[in-house]
Parts: sequence; C-alpha cells; structure tokens
Amino acid sequence: MSDWIKACNTADIEPEDVIRFDHGDRSFCVYRTGDDKFFATDGHCTHAKVHLADGFVMDNLIECPKHNGRFDFTTGKAKGAPVCVDLKTYPTKVENGVVFIQI
Amino acid sequence: MSATISQRDYSLVGKDSKYAEEHGLASAQWYACPISRKRLKELMQRKDGPAIRDTLLWFGLLGLFGWLGWHFWGTWWCVPAFIVYGVLYCSCSDSRWHECGHRTPFKTTWMNDVVYEMASFMVLRESTPWRWSHTRHHTDTIIVGRDPEIAVPRPPDISGIILGFFSLKSGPKEYKKVLLHCFGKLTAEEATYIPDSEVKRVFWTARVWVLIYAATIAWAISIHSILPLMLIGLPSFYGAWLLVIFGLTQHAGLAEDVLDHRLNCRTVYMNPIFRFVYWNMNYHVEHHMFPMVPYHALPALHQELKNDMPKPYANLIEAYREIIPAIFRQVKDPAYFVKRELPAAAKPISAPVPEPQPTP
Repeated sequence: MSDWIKACNTADIEPEDVIRFDHGDRSFCVYRTGDDKFFATDGHCTHAKVHLADGFVMDNLIECPKHNGRFDFTTGKAKGAPVCVDLKTYPTKVENGVVFIQI
Repeated sequence: MSATISQRDYSLVGKDSKYAEEHGLASAQWYACPISRKRLKELMQRKDGPAIRDTLLWFGLLGLFGWLGWHFWGTWWCVPAFIVYGVLYCSCSDSRWHECGHRTPFKTTWMNDVVYEMASFMVLRESTPWRWSHTRHHTDTIIVGRDPEIAVPRPPDISGIILGFFSLKSGPKEYKKVLLHCFGKLTAEEATYIPDSEVKRVFWTARVWVLIYAATIAWAISIHSILPLMLIGLPSFYGAWLLVIFGLTQHAGLAEDVLDHRLNCRTVYMNPIFRFVYWNMNYHVEHHMFPMVPYHALPALHQELKNDMPKPYANLIEAYREIIPAIFRQVKDPAYFVKRELPAAAKPISAPVPEPQPTP
C-alpha cells in the first residue's frame, strides 16, 4: 500500500523550479509550476542517471542538466532524444503549506 | 606534463573502454563551479529572439554569397564569394549543429530541430548518430575509450589533422556511413551509443541525404557544370577549414581521463565576427559544465565562473601558441599534455581523479 510522505513546504520551491527530495534509498524531484501546482517524479533521468533537481524547469518541462533531455513532469512523458524512456510520476497533495507525495 | 603511458585504444569497444568503466571514469560525477541556483536559472532562460535574428542573418548571408558565386562563376570574383559561402555553409553549420543539438538556442523546440537537421546536412554529420555521439561526448568528455569525439588522439596524426581542414579524412568516412545506413546497417561503435528506438530514424535520414545528393548531381550533369555542387555538397569540404581552426581549441593537447572540464577544455576570447560564426562555443569550459545555458548567455556565465577557472586565452593566437607545440610534442611523447593551472582561489575538484594510467 502506498503512503503519503511529507516532501517539503510549498515555500521551499520557487515558482517554475524543482527541488530534490530523498526518502530512504530513493530520490525524487518535486516541481512547482508558474501557477503554483505541484508535481513529483523520480529524481534521476532515465537516460544517464543524472539527478534532475539540477535541471531547468520551463513551463511543464524539466530539462536534464547533463544532456538536455526533456520530460513533461506532469505526465512523465519523455520528449525526444536523448531521453527515450518515460519518467515515473507520483501523485501530490498540498495541506497547510506542506507538499506530500504518494509513493 | 608527461607520464609513462602506453598506446591508448580510442575505440569505444577496446581495452581502454573497459579500463574507463572499471576505474570510475565512465558516466562519472564531474566538477561544477559554484553558482547560485537563482543566477543559473536566469542564465538558463530560453528566448527565440537572438537565435531567430542570427539564423535570418546566416541564411541571408548564405543566399547573398551563394548568388555572388553563381553570378561571378567563370571569373576570379567567384573565388572570394565561394570562400565566404563555404565558411557560412560548413563552418557556421558546425556551431548551429552543436547548439541546436542541445536544443538551447531557440525556446521553440521545432526551431531547434529544423536548424539542427539542416546544419547536420551542411556540416556533413548525420543528425541522429551525431546527436548520440555528442551525448556521449558530454557524458565522458575526453575519456579514452568512451568519448567518440576526441579530435586529436595521441599520438596525433598530423597529416590527418591537415586533411581535416578540408574534411578529406572525415568526409569520405561519413559518406561511407551514409551509404551503410541507407542499406539498414550500423557500425559496431554506433551500436554502443545509438538506442534501438532511434535506429530507423538513422536509416531514413541517410536515404533523404542520398536523394538530395543525387538530385544535385543530376542537376550538375543536366547543365554540364559543377556549379550546383559548389552550392550543395562540396562546401562541406572547401568550407570546413574555419571549423577546424575553432574546433581544435576546444580540447587539443589537454588532459585525458580527468573529471574536471577546467582541465580538458579551453575558453578562448574571440572577436564578435568569430563569435557569430562559432555561436560563442569559444566559452567551451562553461558550455561543458553547464550545457543548459544557451549560447547567447555564455559570456555572462563566463563572468560568473571565471574566478574558479584557469585563465582564458586572450585570442586564437595565444591558444595556438600552446596547441601547436603540444601536438607536435605528443607525436614523439604521447604521454605529454598541457596541464591547466587553476587559480589559487579555485575550489578543488569534488572527487578524487585517477591519474592517467597506461593500460596493459
């Protein structure tokens, strides 16, 4: 059964940005869009295992800092070479200024 | 700097490839200069404006000098026209191919992809294989046995470098690969870095290229003149020389097998005309360290990082005063390389870096 885990406070993420969240031996990315929606994905790029938290958020896209591969972080969809495998996404919710992700 | 070293194996399927994997040099963590997230985000912002302006100017100049070459064909005046046309066609395409491969010059993705495909054809680099080759170059920059884009393997092949000024070594090899891909085959090395999902694209792009060349040759035959080939095809050869002059400054003569771009890349100051042709790739350390920063923001990124970097080269002449002697020395002493000096205030590299080692 999946659990809701506290990832961060909403204020921890700038609009149109991403932060890293580690839980146990797993690593995630938590995103905030320009209109204050929150999303979560696996932390590492499916192409070369580079952490996406150092990447660039542009609209609904996260760009990998190493090879410029892009994913739609709202769906996890890989948006073309060099990324070919989709990114796993996780449900999020916000309660009292806290972002939870369901893992 | 020199050390005992045996003949390296630069192939991607040889002994040094295995050595790199076993010694933590493959897909490793690389040093990054400190910069605030806020400032980096500002520098990473994408815009269409600068790249549209530069691309319109580029194609405008290509059209102008192509027309001048056509108009003055049969007179000596066509020579300077085609010299400029060739540089715009091939050398300029090198940087457009490179930047658009990273999809950073334009904010609009399809614009990056269209310019990438056109530039790939003009600089004679098949778009899909080279996209994956360049991806590997960024993963494992100048790691022997891993990086398929080491321009000057040791010991340097001086005649090969000279032939490279007119693509006389790489060009025929690339044509052979285009034909191979036309028949639905990859080389063994390509199979190590091109994923299966991309293979069909490789084959179909090669077939389109062959059609373009066939149409151009048919046009030349029909008018009994090589003039069409002077406009399409041959400029990939006679216009490559500036690409080589710029490109050799990136890594030639520097250290292999180090996990710090400050030690295996050069930043060379250039004048605005060269920076237009090269789309600021002269800021090469900065580009490798932060490939998300578009070309138009690289000078600003350089200002942010320069105190943590080796001293940049004042111009091409200063860079070549180092490169040419280093290359000639490496012919006799392949272990020699130029060790870049980090400034006293520079942060140390973040991870232990193995010394370059000979492989048995």
